[in-house]
Amino acid sequence: MARMSYAQAACAALERAMAADARVVALGEDVGRGGIFGQYRGLQQKFGAARVIDTPISESTIMGAAVGMALTGLKPVVEMRVVDFALCAMDEIVNQAAKARYMLGGQGRVPLVARLPIGIWAGSAAQHSQSLEAWFAHVPGLVVVTPGSAQDSHSLLAAAIDSGDPVIYMEHKELWGLEGDVVEGEKAELGKVRVLETGSDVTLVTWSRTVQTALQATARARQQGVSVELIDLRTIWPWDRETVLSSAAKTRRLVVAHEAVRVAGFGAEIAATVAEELGIPVRRLGGARIPVGYSRPLEDESRLDADAILQALLK
Amino acid sequence: MPIPLGRVLALYRTMARIRAFENAAEEASKGGVSAFGAALSNDVRVRGPLHLSTGQEAVPAGVCINLTKQDLITSTHRGHGHTLAKGASMEKMMCELFGRVGGTNGGKGGSMHIADFSVGMLGANGVVAAGIPIAVGAAHALKVQGRKHLVACFFGDGAINRGPFLEGLNWAKIHELPVLFVCEDNRWSAMTSTEAMTAGAGPLARAKAIGVDGVEVDGNDVFAVAAAAASLVEKIRAGEGPQFLHAITYRFKGHVSVDPATYRDGEEVARALEDDPMLRFEGKLAKGDAERIQNEVQSEVKAALEAAATAPWPDKGSAYTDIQDTGSGRWLG
Repeated sequence: MARMSYAQAACAALERAMAADARVVALGEDVGRGGIFGQYRGLQQKFGAARVIDTPISESTIMGAAVGMALTGLKPVVEMRVVDFALCAMDEIVNQAAKARYMLGGQGRVPLVARLPIGIWAGSAAQHSQSLEAWFAHVPGLVVVTPGSAQDSHSLLAAAIDSGDPVIYMEHKELWGLEGDVVEGEKAELGKVRVLETGSDVTLVTWSRTVQTALQATARARQQGVSVELIDLRTIWPWDRETVLSSAAKTRRLVVAHEAVRVAGFGAEIAATVAEELGIPVRRLGGARIPVGYSRPLEDESRLDADAILQALLK
Repeated sequence: MPIPLGRVLALYRTMARIRAFENAAEEASKGGVSAFGAALSNDVRVRGPLHLSTGQEAVPAGVCINLTKQDLITSTHRGHGHTLAKGASMEKMMCELFGRVGGTNGGKGGSMHIADFSVGMLGANGVVAAGIPIAVGAAHALKVQGRKHLVACFFGDGAINRGPFLEGLNWAKIHELPVLFVCEDNRWSAMTSTEAMTAGAGPLARAKAIGVDGVEVDGNDVFAVAAAAASLVEKIRAGEGPQFLHAITYRFKGHVSVDPATYRDGEEVARALEDDPMLRFEGKLAKGDAERIQNEVQSEVKAALEAAATAPWPDKGSAYTDIQDTGSGRWLG
C-alpha cells in the first residue's frame, strides 16, 4: 500500500497496463508532457513516443483514430482533457465507438478507454465545468465510469482498460490532488458499488467528487441521530441496481446526489427505478440547470454543498 | 508498357460486378424508403436509404487492384463498390442488404455499414468523412505493430468540407502514416453541387497545403486510376508517408436510389452517361472477353439474389448481442 494522489494512482494503473500489454497505447494532447493533471507523468519516457502519442488539437481525429486503432488490434487510452472538449468528438464516440461492434455484426470490437474528466474546476467557467455522465449512460454500447477516490482512480482505470468495451472514463477535475492509501495492482469490478458507510435510516447514493461532500453530510447526520447508508456508485453504466435496491429496501428511503444538473441527471434513473420497484420515498439532489458561472458566488450556485445533502437526509 | 491481359480482365470483372450489384440492389430497393415523395412498400426486399455508386466503378477497381488482402480500406455511405473491389462475397453482401442471416454484418448494418473484415474492409459509414479518422487510426496501429501494410481511405468530394478531412490528413502527415487518401469525386454532395459549396482550388490543393502530395486523375478511366494508384501505393510502401488521389467521376443516380435527381442539369447528366466508364472500357476489350465476363457476373448476381431472398431472417435474440460485455443483459436498465 502506498500514499498516492488520485492523479498518481491513475498514472500507476496505466503504467502497469502498458507494461503488461503491448497493445495498450495512450494518445492525446500533451500526454508526452504528462498531461495537464500529471496523470501521464513519466509514461512517454518509459514507453516511448510510439506508445504515448502526442497529438494535434484534433478531438475528432484523436477519438476517431482511436476507433481505427482499436479495430486494428490496439487498446487505446484516449485523452480528451475535459469532457467539454470531447463534445468535438461526439460523432466518433456515439456513432463510431459505441456502434461499431454492433453495426459490424461483431466483426470488430472497440476496446478503448476515453478519459473525459468532468466537474466544476474552480474558476474555469461554463465550458470547462460540466458533468455530462448521463449523456453517455444513454448510449447503448458504452460503459460509464466515475472514480471517486484515489484507490478507485487506480483500480477502476485498470478494470476499464481490461474491459474490452468502449469506456467513457470520467475523472473529476477537483479530485486529481485527493490523496489516499492505494493498493497497487488492484482491479475493481465494473458495475459494483462501494458501500462507504452502513446505516439503517436512509440510503444515500452518489459518485465522483460529491462522495466527499456526502461523507461530510453523513457524519453530520449521524451526530443528529440519523443513520445513513452511503454508497459510491462508481460505475454509472452499468449501475449496481441490485445493491442499491437491496440497501433501499432495508432503509426504506433514498436520496441521490450528484454535481451534474439535476434535470434529466442520472439520479433520476436511480430514483425512478427505486420508486418503481419499492414504492418508497425518493429525493434527487443535483446542480441547478444553469451554466456554471465564472465569479465565485455564481460558481457556488452550481455546487451541491453538504448542507443541502444534510437537509435531504434529515427530512 | 502494355498492361497484362489478366490485369485488364480483372479490372473489367470488378467493374462489371459493381455495376451488376448496384443495378440489382437498386431494383430490389424500389419502395424501400419514404423520401422524395416515394411511399414505403411493405414487401420491399432492400429497406432504407440505398446510396448507389453506379458510374463510379473505375475508382474502387483501379485502386483496389493495387492492394493486397492484408491491406485495409475504409469507405463511405456509398460503399458497395469498395467492398466488392476489396474482394467481399457478393452473396454475403446481398444477404446484408436484404437483412438476412449470412449477411456480412448479420443484418445489423445494411448498406450504410457494410463491412467485411475477412478481406480487410473495415466498414462503410453513415457519416460523411467519418472513415477518415478511422483509416488514419488503423494506419497508426499498423505502424505501432510494425506491420507493412497500408490503408486506402475512400471518401467523397463532400467530405473535404468536414473537419475530420483536415484533422486526418494533418495527423497522417505528421506521423508519416501509410494511408492512400482517395477522394472519389462524383461532383455531388447529396443534392447540392459540390463546386457551389467548396472554396479554393479543390481537394488536391487542400491536401498539398497540408503536405500530402498526390495526383488528380480521370476517375472514369480505370487504367489511369490503376496506374496513378500503383505509383502512389509504391511510394507509401517505400515509406514516403501518406499520398492523395483525386479521382473525378460522376454519380449516375440520385443521392439515394429513390432520388430522381431532377435538380441536375439534363445536359450535364446526358454527357456523363455518355462517358460511362464501362462503355469506355468495353471499347478496348475483345468482344468475347466482355461477353464471357458479363455472363459470369450475371450468374453471380442471380445466385446472390436467390440466396438473399431465401436466407432466413435473423433471430430476434441477435438484436441483443454484440453490444457490450460490461452490463450485458441489462437492456432495460
